Amino acid sequence: MTLTVTDLSVARGGIPVLEGLSFSLASGKALILRGPNGIGKTTLLRTVAGLQPPLRGQVEGAEDQIAYAAHSDGLKPTLTVAENLTFWASVFGRNGIEQALDGFDLQTLRDRQAGALSAGQKRRLGLSRMLVTGRPVWIMDEPTVSLDTASVAMFANAVRAHLGQGGSALIATHIDLGLEAEVLDVGPYKAKPPEIDDFDGDFL
Amino acid sequence: MIALLLRDLKLALRAGGGFGLGLAFFLIVTVMVPFSVGPQSELLARIAPGVLWLGALLACLLSLDRLLALDWEDGSLDLLATAPLPLESTVTIKALAHWITTGLPLVMAAPVLGVLLNLPAAGFQWLVISLLLGTPALSVIGTFGAALTVGLKRGGLLMSLLVMPLYVPTLIFGSEVARRGAEGMAVQTPLLLLAGISAASIALLPFASAAVLRVNLR
Repeated sequence: MTLTVTDLSVARGGIPVLEGLSFSLASGKALILRGPNGIGKTTLLRTVAGLQPPLRGQVEGAEDQIAYAAHSDGLKPTLTVAENLTFWASVFGRNGIEQALDGFDLQTLRDRQAGALSAGQKRRLGLSRMLVTGRPVWIMDEPTVSLDTASVAMFANAVRAHLGQGGSALIATHIDLGLEAEVLDVGPYKAKPPEIDDFDGDFL
Repeated sequence: MIALLLRDLKLALRAGGGFGLGLAFFLIVTVMVPFSVGPQSELLARIAPGVLWLGALLACLLSLDRLLALDWEDGSLDLLATAPLPLESTVTIKALAHWITTGLPLVMAAPVLGVLLNLPAAGFQWLVISLLLGTPALSVIGTFGAALTVGLKRGGLLMSLLVMPLYVPTLIFGSEVARRGAEGMAVQTPLLLLAGISAASIALLPFASAAVLRVNLR
């Protein structure tokens, strides 16, 4: 299962932010996106995830293959850790959350309400959601925000295991995860400001 | 789909879920009517069907702003949009959960509150039937309004302004069924029109809701 992006241009709020982007992501591979704040990494990930249409270009192999993790984790504060995970597992037509709880060291917290978790614990729960989706392509936006060093290592192990099972991952991050991954700096793809062409020759 | 329905019901019943808010609002509005129009029982009996319908409609409106906004705020809506569930069925399930937690309790409370307003005996069954037929339309139309305003901070008032005009046909035919029933007249025409409005809303509006939701998620 390969995710292919060809000549993609994305826009945020009607303003083009990135253009002419092409890459492909084979199974078992990870691609790390880098670039300064505001360059359009989130917009690119949302476009690849199908949440917004591209301005130009194509995304192939994403439909019904991707699991998306955004800045917010989509947790319900009044449900317990186990209930939150079970819900997402059944939305994706799967069952069995034990592996996900083990993978992110959440077993001791399973009956705690998600609203009572710390920021890092919430993030771990949000990331463990990726494990219950069973989707091959992970698209993650700054997954390590508010994680401590041990949890970052835990996350890197989960990604490595996922890649080992033939999955792939597209990750926007600024820190070094210690993964054997290709790095794509999106800086050079910054969209040029549109040429102003409102000069009306007939006026002369 | 069942998982989403169960989750929404569970969330509504847990702390801060808002279950019973609409019901309490309905109760208070109905109890306040005799205070404002005076205790003449003939007058109350005449306006009871309309007041009960309006109260149920406003109670329904009150709980709409949490229907999709909460899921949008915590990011669940983005994740649901990338899940295997089509958005059309997501919004249908959300509307169904809203009806079960808001509409259905209103239908069941209405006859009790009818007593407070001296509703004539013949009117009770038609009141319940009209609410039972009409409240699903209120939930589905409300979900459409919630989808239109999702992503707007504090969009509750705007949503009320958008949704209220759309509620007009349901209100007219719903309270007409209840009024005619209470006065012992034939109810067939408004009843069929009410059923038609509900059926059409349930059949068509989920597609519209999903479409505007896709635009709002961009």
